[in-house]
Amino acid sequence: MAENHPVGFRWVIKARERGATIIHVDPRFTRTSAMSDMWAPLRAGTDSVFLGAMVNYVLANGLEFRDYVVHYTNASVLVREDFRDTEDLDGLFSGWNEAERKYSPETWAFEDAEGEAAEPSHPASGGHGKDRGDEPARQRKTVRDPSLQHPRCVYQILRRHFSRYTPAMVEEVCGVPADTFVSIAEAFCRESGPDRTAAICYAVGWTQHSVGVQIIRTAAILQLLLGNIGRPGGGILALRGHASIQGSTDIPTLYDILPGYLPMPVFGSDSRTLEKYVRCHQAPSGWWGHFDRYIVSLLKAWYGDAARPDNQFGFGWLPRISGDHSHFGYWLDMADGTGRLEGLFVMGQNPAVGAPNARLERRAMANLKWLVVRDMVESETATFWLDSPEVERGELITSEIATEVFFFPAAAHAEKNGCFTNTQRLIQSHDRAVDPPGDARSDAWFVYHLGRRLKAKAARDERPRNAGLNALTWNYQASGPAHRLEIDEVLKEINGKTVADGKQVSGYTALAADGSTSCGCWIYSGVYPAPGHNRTRERYPSGPYGHGWGFAWPADRRILYNRASARPDGTPWSERKKLVWWDANAKQWTGLDTPDFTKDKPPDYAPPTGARADAAIPGDAPFIMHPDGLGRIWVPGGLKDGPLPAHYEPFESPVPNRVYQQQINPVADPKVRPDNPYAQSPGDPKYPHVLTTYRLTEHHTAGGMSRTLSHLAELQPELFCELSPELAESIGAPNGSIVAITTPRGAIEARALVTPRMRPLTIQGRIVHQVGLPYHFGGRGLVRGDVVNDLIAISEEPNVRIMESKALVCRVEATANPGPGAGNRGPRPQPPGADDVVP
Amino acid sequence: MPTAFLTDSTICIGCKACEVACKEWNDVPGDGFNFTGFSYDNTAGLGHSTWRHVKFVERGDGQRLDGDAGYRSNVFRWDFSSDVCKHCANAGCLEACPTGSIVRTEFGSVFIQPDVCNGCGYCIVACPFGVVDRRPGDGRAFKCTFCYDRQKAGLEPACATACPTESIQFGDLDDLRERAAHRIAELNRRGITDATLYDGRGTSVGGTHAIFIFRGRPEEYNLPPAPEVPTVHLRKGWTSAAIAAGLMLIGTAVAFLSGSQQAD
Repeated sequence: MAENHPVGFRWVIKARERGATIIHVDPRFTRTSAMSDMWAPLRAGTDSVFLGAMVNYVLANGLEFRDYVVHYTNASVLVREDFRDTEDLDGLFSGWNEAERKYSPETWAFEDAEGEAAEPSHPASGGHGKDRGDEPARQRKTVRDPSLQHPRCVYQILRRHFSRYTPAMVEEVCGVPADTFVSIAEAFCRESGPDRTAAICYAVGWTQHSVGVQIIRTAAILQLLLGNIGRPGGGILALRGHASIQGSTDIPTLYDILPGYLPMPVFGSDSRTLEKYVRCHQAPSGWWGHFDRYIVSLLKAWYGDAARPDNQFGFGWLPRISGDHSHFGYWLDMADGTGRLEGLFVMGQNPAVGAPNARLERRAMANLKWLVVRDMVESETATFWLDSPEVERGELITSEIATEVFFFPAAAHAEKNGCFTNTQRLIQSHDRAVDPPGDARSDAWFVYHLGRRLKAKAARDERPRNAGLNALTWNYQASGPAHRLEIDEVLKEINGKTVADGKQVSGYTALAADGSTSCGCWIYSGVYPAPGHNRTRERYPSGPYGHGWGFAWPADRRILYNRASARPDGTPWSERKKLVWWDANAKQWTGLDTPDFTKDKPPDYAPPTGARADAAIPGDAPFIMHPDGLGRIWVPGGLKDGPLPAHYEPFESPVPNRVYQQQINPVADPKVRPDNPYAQSPGDPKYPHVLTTYRLTEHHTAGGMSRTLSHLAELQPELFCELSPELAESIGAPNGSIVAITTPRGAIEARALVTPRMRPLTIQGRIVHQVGLPYHFGGRGLVRGDVVNDLIAISEEPNVRIMESKALVCRVEATANPGPGAGNRGPRPQPPGADDVVP
Repeated sequence: MPTAFLTDSTICIGCKACEVACKEWNDVPGDGFNFTGFSYDNTAGLGHSTWRHVKFVERGDGQRLDGDAGYRSNVFRWDFSSDVCKHCANAGCLEACPTGSIVRTEFGSVFIQPDVCNGCGYCIVACPFGVVDRRPGDGRAFKCTFCYDRQKAGLEPACATACPTESIQFGDLDDLRERAAHRIAELNRRGITDATLYDGRGTSVGGTHAIFIFRGRPEEYNLPPAPEVPTVHLRKGWTSAAIAAGLMLIGTAVAFLSGSQQAD
């Protein structure tokens, strides 16, 4: 966090200075470890064992926050009788279909009180939406055992499931000594309870794994057991990788969701009619019971007057998912040269450096007819045809590449108006400080004018395929000599309006499903509630949670699910940790934050029979987005790899899985192909070292914004490989010498940075060496280096299709090449052949 | 009013924002791209092109780290400390400057006027901390200006403004000395007993306007444990010279007198 979020880390330092204990678990001793009270170096790719053992530590020692767990989580709910755990099936859950290599999740559902089976679920969508496919959305009535004694209640299944995640297992699998683990578990649990809370911060060190989603699930289970969700100082904070990456998920650049986490319709599944789509996704109980309001208001925002009840508000114009349209799905298609993808826009990204198996990605671009790159600098992606390592090696020949490349200069954030959404969901505006140089323009300018021209073209062509484009509202104001878009107009559209009079709505509770309102993203509604009242511009904070500075979606709530900060009866768990509570006199929720609960719903509210949507959520159920209002220790459906987390080794691991017989996540997809090969696993003798990749404070992602500026580039001027003194000695690579790092995908060179901050671990009785590589370097800019992502495989975690770039194996060896690396060294190492065995 | 920096290394996260902010504000040229292999420090030290410099001190080579690593550890730590010109009360550079280019400002800081400096380099050897440096190709000497221009405009120095953890604090010298004393006491109370205040008091530099809290000994941060302004040797030097001159005079007289006796 100190490495990549130094400004956010300011608050961690402040907390430490006020007495908080800071614990850092990381394969490397980083700047974060240096500032922490405790550090546990673990083998990359074993986080689920470490966290699983934390869960087991809580359960085995009875340290859970019992009242919270019983009332606010689904720990007491009974699971179907035919469910079988990984305990019974040695690493697989019931429902496994070996032929299709996927689970059918029926047996993961809760037992139904009336003996009815849950309604059949709809097939898969992507992993980012409110529905991920396979959810038993029509669960009628569950059975609960508040004593948590029933052998089939979630709590007891959890106990059995995690019982093998012991401190000894942590020592054996993660390489963290058992006593170190126990002292960390003790410290974390000591800081949890009615009077205290503990928070977990994570970033892509947890997500970029073949079990990434389940690692974060384990953290969620831990925090629910300890009562650390919805309470001040608690939570799980996903540290986003750049300014406004959170914003680009809320108003998505992802293929599988529409704004506000509405699922993208899937061809042939939920998408035939709007009515069917709504029926699939509109939960009968919980806040998603208002789903129809949000999709109809979105369609009204996009298609305006053309969105009418008689044409399903233009639902038919939305694109459908018909396959894997993720980055890897279409890029592999490009690499195959199918010609299905003729052209590509690359904006705010430098995949020639920043994407896994960058060799494959660069070569694939040569199969495009045209490529548009918008960036502040001429990036490696823009010049893949000119000076990429493939051109240097003769794998691509410039004169034979038919791709027409268009490079557009882009404006930087200080050169345009707009807003950022940060990790805390806080939306803050920023103003243009200077005009962009020359022809540089903002992305909004580019997209607006591109859309304008496409619409003008479509207007002359009456074919049905153009109907959606013709219907699309695109009437923003543009002014000045540069025809600059008034970005405020976009934010107003996002906030939402009443269609009849064009007045901005006050928030998402004002949205309707009959087409009388429009809203570009329901969760952002309220951000611009009246003309001249842009809440992202607010800069007068008050109170401990900073209300009055920016706007935190939804409804300016600073802490989500904050009803959980009060007891079931509505009084705070403790004076010290009070946040929102029920004011019996005023008959409403009040407190230090905007209550994340219906304001006048009393704590003893019991839903009447037939109640729907939010009215079906009892007064003591804080997790209002879920159909039962309970925190999900158990996930009865919607995850592709199980209702509970289980540890599987990375695709490439030095050791066999000691937790189960099953070696890797059975549902994850390694995308094996000749140009995306893998080492043998476990324990390929050719690749004995564990590799992890990361970023440095001094550089920004793929380097376009930092390798080009001397004041930043000089701070980390060369690609280095961090390795321990022990490994350095054994391979004969002194500090500062050049080492070669090889995986089945590629080979690169880097400076050896020998440091005791890297340390060998004892795993299953033998020494395992780990090395670390920052991935910022490429062939252009003031400082240059090999592309670390040439080493990484393209693979897909089953839920969100992320690659495994944080844990793999490699071979590190000293080379005879003289330094320094940048521009003055021998021939590049040749990548290994594709003869390696796959998992 | 004398102003000062208090650089508290115990909350420095090594982000180098101070280095970059300084270079950006003062338009300091680049350092060149040199991989040093010395931890994460690639700008190596203070110089004509680096006026703020973050040191990276790795401790505990070869030690077992488990359970005893991080900022509380006495076994394995990674200490960061942002160095800067000390702006001494008795400034060697100022005393050595023959052109009057180096002056003391109304803020108590030591400032090199670039339009007066003739590049003689006397200040470089006179600095007890090795801070002042001549810029090749230009010839003049450069160092931290204490953001004199910003202070004149009522702003804090660029490095202090950029520091995300308030490791670099700017303010009134007496206030910061008091704050530093409280901080050391607080650190001691928490069991961090190796925290040191480094402020040049009790030495011939007569106290500095940039004071530091760090852990361990000054030598570990490439700082002299007892900085000495070269001019303290002046009195002794002149005394010796005077004595030598006197002795020579006496010797000459004796030789002359005895010689004349022999001549008799």
